Amino acid sequence: MYVAVKGGEKAIDNAHALLAEERRGDTDVPELSLDQIKGQMGLAVDRVMGEGSLYDPDLGALAIKQAMGDLVEAVFLLRAYRTTLPRFAVSTPVDTAAMTIRRRISATFKDLPGGQVLGPTFDYTHRLLDFALAEDGPERKESAEKTDEGDGAAMTGPMPRVTDLLGREGLVERETGSEAATATDAPAADLTREPLGFPAGRDVRLQNLARADEGFLLALGYSTQRGYGRTHPFAGEIRMGEVAVEIVPEELGFAIEIGDITVTECQMINQFAGSATEPPQFTRGYGLVFGRSERKSMSMALVDRSLRARELGEDIVAPAQDEEFVLYHSDNVEAQGFVQHLKLPHYVDFQSELVLVRALREEAEARRREAAE
Amino acid sequence: MPETSHQDQPADGVPKDRAEWMGLLARAPERDLEAAWQALAPNLPEAGTGEYEFLRAPEQGLVMVQGRAGGDGNAFNLGEMTVTRCAVRLADGTVGHGYVAGRSARHAELAAVFDGLLQTDRWAALVTDRVILPVKTALGMAKAAKAAKTAATKVEFFTMVREQGAGPE
Amino acid sequence: MTTVRYATAPGAGLALGLKDPVHGAQTVFRAVLRAMSRPGEIQDLTMALGPTFAPPHPLVPAAAAVCLALLDLDTRLWIDGGGDGAAAYLRFHTGAPIADAPDEADFAVIADGAMIPRLDAFSPGTDELPERSATLIVQVAGLNSRTGEGAWRLSGPGIDGTADLAIGGLRDGMAEELAVNFRRFPRGVDLILCAGARVAALPRTTKVEAL
Repeated sequence: MYVAVKGGEKAIDNAHALLAEERRGDTDVPELSLDQIKGQMGLAVDRVMGEGSLYDPDLGALAIKQAMGDLVEAVFLLRAYRTTLPRFAVSTPVDTAAMTIRRRISATFKDLPGGQVLGPTFDYTHRLLDFALAEDGPERKESAEKTDEGDGAAMTGPMPRVTDLLGREGLVERETGSEAATATDAPAADLTREPLGFPAGRDVRLQNLARADEGFLLALGYSTQRGYGRTHPFAGEIRMGEVAVEIVPEELGFAIEIGDITVTECQMINQFAGSATEPPQFTRGYGLVFGRSERKSMSMALVDRSLRARELGEDIVAPAQDEEFVLYHSDNVEAQGFVQHLKLPHYVDFQSELVLVRALREEAEARRREAAE
Repeated sequence: MPETSHQDQPADGVPKDRAEWMGLLARAPERDLEAAWQALAPNLPEAGTGEYEFLRAPEQGLVMVQGRAGGDGNAFNLGEMTVTRCAVRLADGTVGHGYVAGRSARHAELAAVFDGLLQTDRWAALVTDRVILPVKTALGMAKAAKAAKTAATKVEFFTMVREQGAGPE
Repeated sequence: MTTVRYATAPGAGLALGLKDPVHGAQTVFRAVLRAMSRPGEIQDLTMALGPTFAPPHPLVPAAAAVCLALLDLDTRLWIDGGGDGAAAYLRFHTGAPIADAPDEADFAVIADGAMIPRLDAFSPGTDELPERSATLIVQVAGLNSRTGEGAWRLSGPGIDGTADLAIGGLRDGMAEELAVNFRRFPRGVDLILCAGARVAALPRTTKVEAL
């Protein structure tokens, strides 16, 4: 049976026009500029870049404006845009030890070399609405918020990662590849080129988590803390700042830096384990995301650790340890697509079910009548 | 590498090699490079170097940014970033390359032209002086200002008794 | 995969790419699309490429332009008889990695159709993933839409009845190999034939008969 699937063009055009009008809102209010979004809604831009898996603050701001602030829709727009661009190079891995630090804290060591640097953080704010921000115009006293300056030179000294410090004593497991003996020359797997397959390597998992929906990772990370696959985590270190991105264009034959990007890194130090051959040592989970995204990088580190259950010989009993469950459902572009496809015409499917239900009911009715006679 | 032979510059702060100046050109604000070009360009044709052709016209693309598991383990793909590249050939045959984060064709073009000029004996000193060193100074100052504000948020702990063995030394 | 190392300062002697990389590549892509969907129909890129487009020997303009339009960092290229100049040019402008052997290539450039390796040397893809097959960009001496002695009669999807195509300078035995290629559908290789600035295609779905 065929049903009409064409038509509605006029309605669609008008719906788009109406959307554009809604997006603009009250025309007596000045229109948002991309610089305003980039500068004053920076964390939204960061989230869209991270989950959109495309670092470009201008495009992130544009996507947010176009999506009327719907960040998942904005992520979708960035993902779609990136498919139009050719890839020129794969960077050398960014060196987070050489990060220009803007925030760096450790929950495991108070006095760590380089110190605890709070940076711009919501922590220690009272979460009271600040009505001063609701006031427009020049009467607001910007000067009251003028920041102090410290000794900038203190920020250029060494800031070793906490895991490097523990690693020197052998108290935390070494990462595969951190020693020449375990380094693999194989290029990292790339989800944008090869579909997800199982079992998934750590490279695939980390790429998937880096672009995963923050809310999904947050809930999974939380579930591990509440007992669904406990990993006994400590926030070994969280650092945020700028790292240089370096590529080696083949026509040059040497490495050049194309710019800096802001990233947030989280090193979780987890439940220790030992074996017949290995003395007890802490295990690790890792989070690294574009932009300033502390909550996401911490959630990522928790889930990364949980997904290592198999290789660490732990029982897989909880959702966060199940790599198929986590990796297949983490991507909000895929998830929203499949959920929202239910809006598409299912007229024929439904008609067939309707016919079936009617037939079954008639049958049941007939049986009942027969029994009654 | 033949293209990094102009590295024996004497003065302090002068980029030691091509990779360094390319990094500075990539990070320089486009308007600064444009202003420097407008100031320099009238001087260039006399030596036949003002003209250039696109060996590869400015083109937007992506770089896949990699990270390392745990910061120091095996590489993984973090996500992509936009980049614009350009290659120009100066009238004397020198080839300049620009690889610049973001999507500005003009920025990549200017970076490529300056990269070309910096490889020529005739213009290296002037372009270093007028373009590279001011960019380096400005970027350094911006970084220092940020570092100073960040440093003010560094925690100074006051403890009664210093715990023994509480932290790694 | 190997990488081409440049013997001299890179770029100094390199020929230029498409004048307008994005729109130029789009125009060439449309031409290839048309050629693939109308097998045997000759597309002329002379106007699109302009008089200044001069790729290095032995690449002809059409083959070079098709490469610039279709290749990138993610397509492995195998070059048969191209020499270092062609490899360096295509590496610089497209970023395509060079494959060591024909069966590892996504695209192959055959500098001289008279010397083309056997078609079964290239990847035909798999029944599950037929798109993983190789596309061969073959330089030939001539392309003419004529019939008669030496021409081929083409039929299949995209052809209204039959079409005739005379290809100059293609190795003997190709008609038989193309027949084999046709029979292993959905697997098989696709050919893009280039003569000067002219392009025609013989996808795996096209049946070839020598007249």
